Amino acid sequence: MSHPSAQPHSAGHPAAADAFVANEPRAHWHDKALWFIREKRDRAAASLPEWETLRDRAAQIKAHTIANLPHYLEEFEANAQRMGVKVHWAADAKEHNKIVLGILQQHNAKKVVKSKSMLTEECHLNPFLEQHGIEVVDTDLGERIVQLREEPPSHIVLPAIHLKKQDVGDTFATHLGTTPGADDPQYLTEAARGHLREKFVAADVGITGVNFAVAETGGIVVCTNEGNADLGVALPSVHIACMGIEKLLPRAADLAVFVRLLARSATGQPITTYTSHFHGPRPGCELHIVMVDNGRSDIRASDDFRRSLNCIRCGACMNTCPVYRRSGGHSYGSTVPGPIGSILSPAMEPEKHKSLPFACSLCGSCTDVCPVKIDLHHQLLTFRRELALKNLIPLSKRVSMKLLSFVLSRTWLFAVGGKVMRWVMPKLPRFMVYNRMNAWGKQRELPPMPPQSFRELYAIRKHMVNKPNGEASSHSTKGAA
Amino acid sequence: MNAREKILTKLRQQVLPVPPLPGPDGPWITYADRAAQFSAALATVGGQAVRVASQAEALSHLAQLPVMAKAKRVASFLPDVDRANVDLNLVTDPHTLEDVDVTLVQGQFGVAENAAVWIQENSAPLRASLFICQHLVILLPERDLIDNMHQAYERIGRFGPGFGVFVSGPSKTADIEQSLVIGAHGARSATLYLLQNDR
Repeated sequence: MSHPSAQPHSAGHPAAADAFVANEPRAHWHDKALWFIREKRDRAAASLPEWETLRDRAAQIKAHTIANLPHYLEEFEANAQRMGVKVHWAADAKEHNKIVLGILQQHNAKKVVKSKSMLTEECHLNPFLEQHGIEVVDTDLGERIVQLREEPPSHIVLPAIHLKKQDVGDTFATHLGTTPGADDPQYLTEAARGHLREKFVAADVGITGVNFAVAETGGIVVCTNEGNADLGVALPSVHIACMGIEKLLPRAADLAVFVRLLARSATGQPITTYTSHFHGPRPGCELHIVMVDNGRSDIRASDDFRRSLNCIRCGACMNTCPVYRRSGGHSYGSTVPGPIGSILSPAMEPEKHKSLPFACSLCGSCTDVCPVKIDLHHQLLTFRRELALKNLIPLSKRVSMKLLSFVLSRTWLFAVGGKVMRWVMPKLPRFMVYNRMNAWGKQRELPPMPPQSFRELYAIRKHMVNKPNGEASSHSTKGAA
Repeated sequence: MNAREKILTKLRQQVLPVPPLPGPDGPWITYADRAAQFSAALATVGGQAVRVASQAEALSHLAQLPVMAKAKRVASFLPDVDRANVDLNLVTDPHTLEDVDVTLVQGQFGVAENAAVWIQENSAPLRASLFICQHLVILLPERDLIDNMHQAYERIGRFGPGFGVFVSGPSKTADIEQSLVIGAHGARSATLYLLQNDR
């Protein structure tokens, strides 16, 4: 079973978001569900007086590690190999998929259980393995739900956050034989538990992602709440762990900083239920670690975007993003949605994801919550310039930008234009103001035109202040700016 | 050039200034009453901490719990557990643990800030038993409670080959409409006995 990989929508994020916001009650519900998680994150962060120190520390450790990456990659490899781990390197997604398939074929494996790994999503591993006759079962409950529905995940931590329990009930009734119409989460989870237990017991190989890899020890750390990664690799004799090359940390002690930040930022929990440390294979078994570049080294070369490699995939930037919350993860058409995805995806494939850096109001909330201090909204702004230089901005935006810059650089034209608009706008018939040209006005009403511009009000105020008995009242100018 | 050389060569060609690596010390949180903090944290993640004097008292308390009364197969990594009827020394294939109802295990230490208990493979030779059982019971001497994760990694020290896991509460998921459901794939309950005495 394969879900269509996250494909970019031809008209980009705005068009794809249209479908999502068309269902207004659901869009509101989605917004609230994510804000609830953001609030849980806030409470968890506030419970630690040293929260900001932790964020600083994490950013420093990551900056050091990324700068010294080749050294730490080799140190990790040597230490892992010493414990009997088979280490593989893949320059891109294609090589990664070939390596994984090779290991599976070598063991004649037909059934694979896989825990959540954004890297394997990025590489589109599932459809590739399925083409070669291998059954891949995603074992994270949310991922299993979207896999059965042949959809990509809509969030990196909460893959099925866009679905209501009735949707899950319908999906399970079709695929797992639950009672049609039943939508109790407890009942549905129990059904999935039974279904996935069978898959765990029958699996030939377990695949996991990697949250952190430690150079000094050669070990990897995997965090889950469900226990699906552990169950998936504790039974079969082969474990394949797939990781991006940016997942490294220099020392085991650094794990403390990141483990403390990860779950609190992601869901507001103090730690995930299971934080598993794998150092070498189980006796008599095999552990393969596949280290993948796939565009990361290009991002590392850029002074503007290097810091995006700090990302630990907690999803906090999505939960807080007003655009993500109101447009849904699928509207981004990329494996990682939200603010961080709007940097990583176009950095790897600018042409394909050129609309994403504009799916942002530059409010900066993502930057405020990011546990590893990525300057997300600054990078998104920088990316718009980058796209302009690459000539990847749509014509409508290019023309309006040129027009705006022409007007804004001529004071007299701006003043006259403003005066004309203030007089004309209230007299125009509705269709001339609210039409296809005015994307802003699609779901919003323009504010009433003020009688005077800020410049005019300021001139009057100045005049009154200068008069001896002038009663300059500041509130008369309120709201006119 | 193979992928390894290709990646390393490319990275080495990008010469970047290397900022210093910060040290491990910091203003990390401590608690006046670690046992109280640990128990409160465990309750918020769906587990239950029970303070008892000794292992014997823990086992008699456990015997009263419905999950234990109904349990058919009990696996124990602790000595002197009469109810244990799965001989873990004889288990060569972890699949045979599929129908274990309760697993009892000794924790190495517990972390007050997040109710995580560190369990290493040397006390749980077959790590599947930690995840595949229906109910997990952990025994931990109260003097093995520490404050935070920084102390935890300091205490673990140098990692050697093997498996180690922080367990904080029972397996859970909120993947269906954000409703918390305890018992996703792993243990449906996690009971933790804090022992006043070491045994």
